[in-house]
Amino acid sequence: MTQSALTLDRNPALARTLETTPPGGALPELSGLDDEPVKEPWLPAALLMRWGVRVCVFIAMCLIMLPGLWVMLNAFRTNVAILARDSIFAATSYTLDNFRDVFGMGDTAGIPVKAYFVNSLVISVTSTVIAIAIGLAGGYAFARYKFRFKKTLFVGLMLSRAVPGIALSLPVFIIWSWLGLIDTKVGTIIVYVAMNVPFSVWLIDGFFRQIPKELAEAAEIDGCTRWQAFWQVEFPMAKSGIASAAIFAFLTAWNEFALASQLTRSTDTKTLPVGLMDFTAQFTINWAGMCALAVIIIIPALILTFIVQKHLIAGLTFGGVKG
Amino acid sequence: MKLLRKLPPEARLLLPAFVVILVVVAVPLLFSLYTSFTSYRLVRPETIWNVVWFKNYIKLFGSSDFWWAFGRTVLFLTVVLNLEMLFGLALALLVNQVTRGQRMLRTIMMFPMMFSPVLVGFQFKFMFNDNIGIVNHILQNWFGVTQAIPWLVESHLAFFSLACAEIWNSTAVFAILLLAGLMAMPQDPLEAARVDGCTPWQAFRHVTLPFLMPFVYIAMTIRSLDVGRAFDIVKIMTNGGPAGRTELIWTLSARAGYEDARMGYANAMSYVAVLLSIAFTVHFFRKLNASRQFLNEVDA
Repeated sequence: MTQSALTLDRNPALARTLETTPPGGALPELSGLDDEPVKEPWLPAALLMRWGVRVCVFIAMCLIMLPGLWVMLNAFRTNVAILARDSIFAATSYTLDNFRDVFGMGDTAGIPVKAYFVNSLVISVTSTVIAIAIGLAGGYAFARYKFRFKKTLFVGLMLSRAVPGIALSLPVFIIWSWLGLIDTKVGTIIVYVAMNVPFSVWLIDGFFRQIPKELAEAAEIDGCTRWQAFWQVEFPMAKSGIASAAIFAFLTAWNEFALASQLTRSTDTKTLPVGLMDFTAQFTINWAGMCALAVIIIIPALILTFIVQKHLIAGLTFGGVKG
Repeated sequence: MKLLRKLPPEARLLLPAFVVILVVVAVPLLFSLYTSFTSYRLVRPETIWNVVWFKNYIKLFGSSDFWWAFGRTVLFLTVVLNLEMLFGLALALLVNQVTRGQRMLRTIMMFPMMFSPVLVGFQFKFMFNDNIGIVNHILQNWFGVTQAIPWLVESHLAFFSLACAEIWNSTAVFAILLLAGLMAMPQDPLEAARVDGCTPWQAFRHVTLPFLMPFVYIAMTIRSLDVGRAFDIVKIMTNGGPAGRTELIWTLSARAGYEDARMGYANAMSYVAVLLSIAFTVHFFRKLNASRQFLNEVDA
């Protein structure tokens, strides 16, 4: 221990990681280990370390939060207040006018945000449902069946995700314009489904692999059909994985810009991220309106993520990472 | 329909996924490969049959604008991915230390991930605005900087601002994956290292880090899968300006395709962009497999 104490000075953060983190972090039965260093002679160093970590965490969290919060704060200020550079945090007059404007309730006949919101919602939800249905079938097939070229097909599927949206948008734009799919919700939905299928397959495949095959087999022996065994045994167990895949798919569709900005034109199809561009003119930008719209875009995503935050992490760790 | 029934169940299950990918990704990509050999212009549809073979590519590779954009893209991705990895690792190590309120910290940590890249672009454009942005505001009020710094107008600063936006947006992906890795890590090897008299740095370097490497590369693979996201940010923040100094391949090809309507040329360029991002993905995927194999060998 004394040796570690010496090196603490050299590498405080790491020393703290290695020395005083109870194994498994939050496991309650092991958390008693956290008190152990108190008996050590280098108490001041440990204390210093603990506070050092706290300060670092605080600073890091501030850096993470502030840019977003600043924009949200500005959504409640008038354009004049923003342009006049009122003091940043001091309580200036806050107003809901921006939101009224954005929803066309104020004096200005604004940008049809309500329509954009509905478009975004319809496109995101529909494409998520379809992508998850397809991804469920694909992921289940990859997890449960053995067939030729399985690995090749899987890698091929993943590589299709490596094509950046903007590179895809040119050829898709041309083909969609032949098919008459430009500026239709269906056209955008099809593209988003394709964008989300590979990742959904990947995540869902990972989750099904975690569930022992024998469970479904036992159900089949008990007289279930394969189909029943799937719905009654395997599906409920993979639910949280499927949910996290759905959230990823929804967020991707909700936030997508590069493809939507080319494939949608009118009020009937434009999504919220594309609508954001309506606030910029050649030389002027309606900052207040943009901030308000930013809040409108972010709120559903935030609520959704906070509710399912646990699943999100589980989804990332179990579905994707474990080999 | 009869043909469908004859297929084995796994093929029937996989069919929808591959049909969708074929229709929306594979066919358009093949088509764009074809048009990249033609002088196709959207305004003159008949030019799609005018095959010019490698003329577009020769023009492309002879264009200094393209090579600058290409180099800038590679530089941007390398810098951004590495910094995100470092910050993500630091953040994960920090949060892993905290025993109380860790769930809340994790939630805060993921906050930027919820922001759509286009929003991040707008938000940082606002923050770095030389006139009303908060960055200059703070510099002037608290640090006594007298002149307004033109963050988005001066070319190096613009590049820096773009990198800031991209890093802010995506560090969370690394942090969350690495944190998951830290939490999944078995403690016995660490204990053993301590008993053997390893310094904390040695234990980190030879025990923790090798264990984390697969997680690092998974994060790199995931991120390189959506490298094109930087398009949104660049498009909003600088739109390739000032004077093309922040032009990346994606913004350049979008400009050639939609503004100049030179689809053939633009498709040639986006084909290069696709190959570039596939190269990034394959590179990280191979590293991932190598690091996994290394771990398995140690285990065995």
